[in-house]
Amino acid sequence: MAPQQRKPHVCRNPDLIRGVGKYSRSKMYHKRGLWAIKAKNGGAFPKHEKKAVEAAPAEKPPKFYPADDVKKPLVNKRKARPTKLRASITPGTVLIILAGRFKGKRVVFLKQLTSGLLLVTGPFKINGVPLRRVNQSYVIATSTKVDISGVNVEKFDDKYFGKKVEKKKKKGEGEFFEAEKEEKNTLPQDKKDDQKSVDAALIQSIEAVPDLKSYLGARFSLKAGMKPHELVF
Amino acid sequence: MPFKRYVEIGRIALVNYGKDYGKLVVIVDVIDQNRALVDAPDMVRGQMNFKRLTLTDIKIDIKRVPNKKTLIAAMEAADVKNKWENSSWGRKLIVQKKRASLNDFDRFKVMLAKIKKAGVVRQELAKLKKETA
Repeated sequence: MAPQQRKPHVCRNPDLIRGVGKYSRSKMYHKRGLWAIKAKNGGAFPKHEKKAVEAAPAEKPPKFYPADDVKKPLVNKRKARPTKLRASITPGTVLIILAGRFKGKRVVFLKQLTSGLLLVTGPFKINGVPLRRVNQSYVIATSTKVDISGVNVEKFDDKYFGKKVEKKKKKGEGEFFEAEKEEKNTLPQDKKDDQKSVDAALIQSIEAVPDLKSYLGARFSLKAGMKPHELVF
Repeated sequence: MPFKRYVEIGRIALVNYGKDYGKLVVIVDVIDQNRALVDAPDMVRGQMNFKRLTLTDIKIDIKRVPNKKTLIAAMEAADVKNKWENSSWGRKLIVQKKRASLNDFDRFKVMLAKIKKAGVVRQELAKLKKETA
């Protein structure tokens, strides 16, 4: 029987108040059945033999003692994990980007990357926002959700978005320099294809909802009389 | 100039301050110059200062401090809910509530609808102007 199938066990000694149990030590002794365990074992509590402790190898005293005390760094057991995702942000949520060149754009959330950043896409055809990373803090989550089931985002991770490492070239002046600059400006074709494949399924599910396409194409802005702390997003 | 809405037993009032803000309550008794005993189908009967109440036009027929069952029956007989929801005051409150609960997407859709409506009205106006010109 797998341990997960056990019924949750009721506490044998419920608290009357924090720190005070209902039953005394002698009552608890009886409840735990220690008397039965002892009786089974012929009067004494069953003992395991202690493992034989191996003699520690003899340590020689160190040759050198440092003059000043060396401080040890404090122990740090924290683990790095991606930022906690707000409960309102689930795959398919429409987000409003608040900063950067796409501020005000309404965008579809795809998934959270291991760095904690959110992977997001316009879709590109609708509002010009490509597959992009965005920080959770610079985003308002609306309650509008888009059906994202047809989209495969497995292959995107932080490395995909990292800056390309340039091969070190010899410092050539004149012709070399200009040729390099021209190559960098265009986006590689495979990234464009990735964008298209992600957006194809998305755009279909967006067009299924009336007005959603124009909604995503429009920017958000505060108008007169809108109070952000009273708005429901 | 003379008053039209009086504090009396059976007067329906709107709570305008406090925990029960926005509720419709019935005045079932007057305690003293400042306070009334107030009751509603979904709340425990309790006292409330008159300053927290705004009187409405609706009045129901009850005796002083009826029990909950009688109160609910009287409210059904007078059809308080429908009268309130059809009154202009009640309708305004419903619209305010709806507007406050609109989603960002809903607000966008409302904007599109407003523009469309304005377009239709403008077309009709242009037609009428053309006829008279």
